[in-house]
Amino acid sequence: MTTEFDGLTPSQTVGPYLSIGLPWPDGHSVVEEDTPGAIRIFGTVFDGAGAEVPDALIETWQADPAGGFAHPDDPRGATDSGFRGFGRCPTDDAGNWAIITLKPGVVPDREGRPQAPHIDVSVLARGLLHRVVTRIYFADEATANAADPVLATVPEARRPTLLARPDGAGYRFDIRLQGDDETVFFAL
Amino acid sequence: MLPTYRRDDGTTHPPLLSPGYRSTVLRAPREQFVLLPHSLTEVTGPLLGEGRVRPEDADLTLAPGGEAQGQRIVVHGQVRDAGGRPIPHTLVEVWQSNAAGRYQHRWDQHHAPLDPHFTGVGRCLTDDAGRYRFVTVKPGAYPWGNHPNAWRPAHIHFSLLGRAFTQRLVTQMYFPDDPLFAYDPIFNSVRDERARRRLIARFDLDATVESWALGFRFDIVLAGEDGTPTEEPHDD
Repeated sequence: MTTEFDGLTPSQTVGPYLSIGLPWPDGHSVVEEDTPGAIRIFGTVFDGAGAEVPDALIETWQADPAGGFAHPDDPRGATDSGFRGFGRCPTDDAGNWAIITLKPGVVPDREGRPQAPHIDVSVLARGLLHRVVTRIYFADEATANAADPVLATVPEARRPTLLARPDGAGYRFDIRLQGDDETVFFAL
Repeated sequence: MLPTYRRDDGTTHPPLLSPGYRSTVLRAPREQFVLLPHSLTEVTGPLLGEGRVRPEDADLTLAPGGEAQGQRIVVHGQVRDAGGRPIPHTLVEVWQSNAAGRYQHRWDQHHAPLDPHFTGVGRCLTDDAGRYRFVTVKPGAYPWGNHPNAWRPAHIHFSLLGRAFTQRLVTQMYFPDDPLFAYDPIFNSVRDERARRRLIARFDLDATVESWALGFRFDIVLAGEDGTPTEEPHDD
């Protein structure tokens, strides 16, 4: 279908007061904490000077444990698992965020190749004029990660920045916006 | 067949490193971004709102206990994708300063009055035709310390989820003929003048309400599906 291109609305920063409008009381609970298999993914957002970022917002989007999405554009059919798939958590004064979710299943890429379990992430913050996008992979999925078609395009030395690592009761995924060990961000 | 969303051609959104806006200097990533193919994870997205939005959430002037101070306005518009297709039933979230230019936030110490009847937060869902409508008060300009005598033009923050991860957008709506435009590094971080103009609502006499509120129209365009197949990167 040929369509006329309308100019996009440009992005603007969320500014320092994003917590007035964006957080939800249940935003961090992709699932309830007592859901069987629930995991906690948490981390800290850092700037280029290594300082914690207290005015960021993390949003996550992911498949359910069977690899399905409750969305009509999934040609395999929308799942009816009731899984929201969306998490939203502002950072606190120490730059920390956390979500409670289920580990996503395998989602095929456009050629049908399996992708390793992953979560898409948007990072919004004062000082970011547009969201930046990254992906959470899981360090304990080494075999799946080794075969992942997206990770394969990331320079090997930088791949560890995309791995959530088992840490106590959950997985730690820190985000470094700039500087040494800068997180890999993706162009959408 | 999965939809393909057109990638930004680099002329619309502001460059992340825009030193005139000081906070970008330590927060803008410096490494090259890696191209993310649009798989199912990217062409789907949260379709939220049912049960999350009450009709009264679209009226920011009616906080419990009293009515907000300031010039009452109606802000409305249509949310479409870049192909012109309306995006129905999508969540629109807004937040803003009060009429005096102060946010109800512990970090905002601007010496302007707080309004006990204005929290500055609203949300609604677009209708079948992608239209939304808020009632609020016109926000004030405020100083922000970015540089000497720095004042933000009056604006309302908008957040849209669209229907796909690729469409997520947070932006700001400005008001026509604001004298502060020329001096604002956030507004001017959008380099293309035509794109910048898309951030400015237009006065809309048809949306004004007799003896009650002025109307402004702000249409929003999110990323759209590509009309032609694009080459996705392969690693083989």
